Amino acid sequence: MSRVGKIARRSFLIGSAAIVGGVAFGAWYVGRPAPNPLEPADGEAVFNPFVMISDTQITLIAPRSEMGQGVSTTWAALIAEELDVDLEQVTVLHGPAAKAYYNSALMGEVLPDKGYDRSNFQHRLGDTLGHLGKPLLMQITGGSTSMKDGFVRMRAAGASARETLKQAAAEQLGVSRSSLKTEKGQVIAPNGDRIDYTALAARASKLDPIEADLRPASQWTKLGKSQPRIDMVSKATGTAEFGIDVRLPGMKFASAKVNPRLGGGMNSFDATEALAMPGVEKVVDLGDGVAVVARNTWIAIQALEVIDIDWGEAPYPPETDAIFAKVASAFDADPNSTMRDDGDVDALPAGATQIEAKYQVPYLAHATMEPMNATALYSGDRLEVWAGNQAPTYFRMKCAEAAGLESDAVKVHVTNLGGGFGRRGEFDYGVIATKVAKTMPGTPVQVTWSREEDMTHDMYRPGAIARFKGAVQDGKAVALDGGIAAQSVIQSTLMRLMGMEGGGPDKVHVEGAFNQPYAIPNYRIRGYLADLAIPAGSWRSVGNSFNGFFLESFMDELAHAAGRDPLEFRLELARAEWEPAARVLETVRDMAGWTGKTPDGVGRGVAMSYSFGTPVAEVIEVVEQDGQIRIANAWIAADMGVALDPRNVEAQMFGGMVYGLSAACFGEITFSDGAVEQGNFPDYDALRMHTMPKVEVSVLQVQEHLGGAGEPGTPPAAPALANAIFDLTGKRPRRLPLMHDFDLMV
Amino acid sequence: MPTTLTINGKTHQVDLPDDVPLLWVLRDELNLTGTKFGCGVAACGACTVQIDGEAVRSCQVALSDVDGQVTTIEGVGTPQALAKIQQAWVDHQVAQCGYCQSGQIMQAASLLASNPSPSDADIDEAMQGNLCRCGTYPRIRAAIHSAAQMIQEA
Repeated sequence: MSRVGKIARRSFLIGSAAIVGGVAFGAWYVGRPAPNPLEPADGEAVFNPFVMISDTQITLIAPRSEMGQGVSTTWAALIAEELDVDLEQVTVLHGPAAKAYYNSALMGEVLPDKGYDRSNFQHRLGDTLGHLGKPLLMQITGGSTSMKDGFVRMRAAGASARETLKQAAAEQLGVSRSSLKTEKGQVIAPNGDRIDYTALAARASKLDPIEADLRPASQWTKLGKSQPRIDMVSKATGTAEFGIDVRLPGMKFASAKVNPRLGGGMNSFDATEALAMPGVEKVVDLGDGVAVVARNTWIAIQALEVIDIDWGEAPYPPETDAIFAKVASAFDADPNSTMRDDGDVDALPAGATQIEAKYQVPYLAHATMEPMNATALYSGDRLEVWAGNQAPTYFRMKCAEAAGLESDAVKVHVTNLGGGFGRRGEFDYGVIATKVAKTMPGTPVQVTWSREEDMTHDMYRPGAIARFKGAVQDGKAVALDGGIAAQSVIQSTLMRLMGMEGGGPDKVHVEGAFNQPYAIPNYRIRGYLADLAIPAGSWRSVGNSFNGFFLESFMDELAHAAGRDPLEFRLELARAEWEPAARVLETVRDMAGWTGKTPDGVGRGVAMSYSFGTPVAEVIEVVEQDGQIRIANAWIAADMGVALDPRNVEAQMFGGMVYGLSAACFGEITFSDGAVEQGNFPDYDALRMHTMPKVEVSVLQVQEHLGGAGEPGTPPAAPALANAIFDLTGKRPRRLPLMHDFDLMV
Repeated sequence: MPTTLTINGKTHQVDLPDDVPLLWVLRDELNLTGTKFGCGVAACGACTVQIDGEAVRSCQVALSDVDGQVTTIEGVGTPQALAKIQQAWVDHQVAQCGYCQSGQIMQAASLLASNPSPSDADIDEAMQGNLCRCGTYPRIRAAIHSAAQMIQEA
């Protein structure tokens, strides 16, 4: 981040309160300020990692990864709202990987509660726990947490900077601070004179930061209103820089190939033919694979194809059926978790009608549009890495390990991400680039994976199996008892990150099933962990991505067993449990003109999922067209509490839904001989322009707490579609992808 | 022997094997990185450029087969001087991650050049080869309709 370095060196800074938010325990460790990452030169005071003002420029740091969710714009708007600057006046940078940029909301999600039922005390406890993100170096963009994380802290940083600037102006003018106003990057004196913030920077840098109260929402001029995204012009002109676009003087291009039997080793390889190809410069032994350095990426990819490699065996059953048999066998052991156990599911009321269903969903790849890549420059005692990444502090740590350096000697530059969806929370592609760079000190090298390498070397959304039992009586659900078996995403992730699995009940594994706001008197959800070594990772909405399908498909089956309209059936159960969940169902009902009846050739389905603090209801309409099923219309209602940028939230909602629908229709990763069988988009397709439904989104702002935006649109998508297909065909979809059992339009 | 290419009105000499796809000539030799690599098999449209106004997948056009004037996203407009279609993209706040959008715009511009007022069905037909994993399709559609109108009113 040389640009930050440069700016910081000529910065006369603005002070501001470091970290807002009380810390109730571990105060010394948790509360100790993180070092400022902006590397000021001697004599320059830099207190605040988020606001820098030099004599020429106002710079805001938005240290969250921009992967399309608009975080850089809304994060900057949080600061700007209180600082009184327009977004057009400021430069927004991601900044370096640094402890100071820890996520203060993510750890708060570990509380073993359902979320929607959290008391204000528990919310504060969650906020406090969140600050554990600092000692844990959690600079992470994930869990739909960015706005929860920045909502108070960033406004406070802006407010403090503003008041400190006013104090500098007050001293300069010999008037009281309270007599001054601020607007559009200027302090306004009582006589109407205006002083640019940039002209006050030098004086302000010598002041202690001044804390200030935050303005009420009624006074906001930016938040709650849709802002033009700061990255939009660059993304419409091809000038936005993604990791794959990094170009450095003297840079070489490379590509890599690692054992397709994931986690298996490499016995030997013969690169004679590859080395003889024009444009090939060298072949690097990665231990578990090879890389080719060449004149351009394409030559490197071609050369990899002719390297003869003897791969080791996969550390898991090599075929899909055997893998799912292993998943199913998890039900034979004790459950890892029983996160909800209301009433007594084993004591059925007399006369209740009982039903059972089994569901299965496949492994899934993330398939970001930009294949994995990273650029590295190793110079003996230092390493620089450029990449789109969602967890730059961990990325730095792992690249440092691979280079044999301390983290302090490694600089990570986070570019735009050409899609993240959880995949770029990993570090494997950075480690590979580091290993290649280490063989060529002083020469930068960009390692870009082929689409096939990307698709076959993911950390997959695990395949999962659910066994549900339930009962209805007098038109209501009286019991729901679900078991979910899959690999643990959390354990697999911790194993990669820390070399240990962690213990205890895995909440993420059952999220979206145990914590749904339905008043069912006997309600139990148990999680079973399958012991498999396939790399499993966070895939947009994580556990909710499969549990949303399981639970909301089964809710539909219960509604039909009860002879009820599926929307009204849910509405009644939601209203009795948590009003915001009922409200999104009512809203989507009204948007869709839901009557519970559809003409021949049309099917409608509904689903509601509560995830990441946000309840989302979706209605999907399918139609029969030329003997095929086409997804024609979709309606989405979500309650964010506060929608800081409504137009952007709308995009996240329909985008999240599309991601879920694409997987529901076509997404499937299978294994043969230990290797993933899908290699490219023809084998792993997604919704496209002609298969995309018309969509309407309603963003409510009623519930008390701020909810997430990036993921909650995904979980209800698959079940709403499956329920619509049931309505159309009378055949109940119990496995994904739907293309195996239904003739979908492609 | 070097190959001569005309890209965005400028002539370039490239000394590379004949079979190197245009995509990689643009990206890795000429540093025109606005054109993106997505799949390498013409299945996603991220690498779409125009040759003599016609949208093509540059990952499938070998250097020796480039016969005509190449236009890339860099040749459509710049941040300081947006083309109408790019203005429509900004007006509708189309992009999310943005990685596919260069290809989407090149494909849409080609559509508008041949069909100044495309119907939804025309858009479905022309745009179905361009994948967007963020799911920005509704706004792409709206932006194409807007761009059509802006171009006609000009």
